[in-house]
Amino acid sequence: MKAPPFAYRLAEDLPQALDLYARSAGDAVYLAGGHSIVPSLSLRLQAPALLIDISRIAALAGVSLGPEGLRIGATTPHAVLLEDPLVATHAPLLAEAARHVAHPAIRNRATFGGNLVLADPASEFPAVVRALRAELEVEGPEGARQIAAEDFFLDLYTTALQPGEILRAVLIPPPAPGQLVAFAELARRQGDFAMVGAAVRLVPKAGVIGTADIVFHSVGLTPMRAVAAEAALIGQALDAATIAAACAAVAQDLQPGDDPVLPAATRLHLAGVLLGRLLRRVQGEWA
Amino acid sequence: MKQALELQVNGEAVALMVEPRQTLADVLRDSLRLTGTHLGCEMGVCGACLVLLDGKPVHGCLTLAVQAQGCAVTTVEGLDASGEIADLQAEFHARNALQCGYCTPGMLMTAQALLKRGAVPDRAEIREALSGNFCRCTGYEAIVDAIAATAAKRGAA
Repeated sequence: MKAPPFAYRLAEDLPQALDLYARSAGDAVYLAGGHSIVPSLSLRLQAPALLIDISRIAALAGVSLGPEGLRIGATTPHAVLLEDPLVATHAPLLAEAARHVAHPAIRNRATFGGNLVLADPASEFPAVVRALRAELEVEGPEGARQIAAEDFFLDLYTTALQPGEILRAVLIPPPAPGQLVAFAELARRQGDFAMVGAAVRLVPKAGVIGTADIVFHSVGLTPMRAVAAEAALIGQALDAATIAAACAAVAQDLQPGDDPVLPAATRLHLAGVLLGRLLRRVQGEWA
Repeated sequence: MKQALELQVNGEAVALMVEPRQTLADVLRDSLRLTGTHLGCEMGVCGACLVLLDGKPVHGCLTLAVQAQGCAVTTVEGLDASGEIADLQAEFHARNALQCGYCTPGMLMTAQALLKRGAVPDRAEIREALSGNFCRCTGYEAIVDAIAATAAKRGAA
């Protein structure tokens, strides 16, 4: 199908984008890579009067490193996350996850920020930014604010962004000393939506696990933090018994529903299998 | 309301009026009559509409034409005319790597982008690169064969 008619304006900078939105009476959508919005328009799931193109705003672009961590502009395409040396060094979990996001041509144009604000529960990046305890920098009609990734994903395709707000950049804090990370997903075909995926971040403390972040995707309405599995790890040595306990605890954390692709019990089983693989991978790197 | 659009298509400067709702693939096909770019799913899944935007493969169906302002677009007609994929086309032909041919322009775009990376890809890498290109006729085997054969020949050259 073809999209219904709409008006289009290219915003030169953030104030102009916010101003265009303010004059739209709420009937505008921001456009960057367009890889969620354009299909949604074509399927006529959305019909805004105006698209405000923010893809060429310099303030939303680029990857840089500062004392607060790695700052990734919202319009950074997925392909850059795969290839950027700063990302490879300072946020390897993100580069690892990017390999699993869709297909090469999609990754050339789809943007990191667009992926996060869509908040598709099957998507990899929301789980990764939550596991890395990233901060999201937002600009809006009321000014700038920062939202923790932990508080950003509220429900299915629903985030803490308010009408008119624009995700400007994602700040990934510097890795904690000794931090180990791993990402993996199970999908039937490369690039397909995962049956289940997970991002893991562990920080050792005095020979045991001091901090644990385990966030699953494709198993709930949002990226799902596995609190019980994390609790099973904290304060323990990373050995076979601890890993088994964490995998068993996943059943308390996740309650996937049955769907046409996969019965809930299978999805839950796969989540435990995947977490076991990830923790054994991290165990191999444990000092 | 139509807006002015200026871009380069297959090396030639083009200026025309487009509706914001027209995708790049629509404009290439309907306004410029470059019908080698095929539209399948129109939602970024099948890969038949791939074109090069500033040298990188993108979905013509997911890119609004107005967003290509000032950009350089290369379609399969452009790749064909330049001769840069003649070897790849010959391998597709020799191995029957197409039947109905609907997916072929997108396959050629993906294959050429993969081959231009330099290293000779193995079959798993070729399959991974093709994961966003659907073919409903061939079963992919002959397509992978054709790309692998071209990669080997270019690698040896």
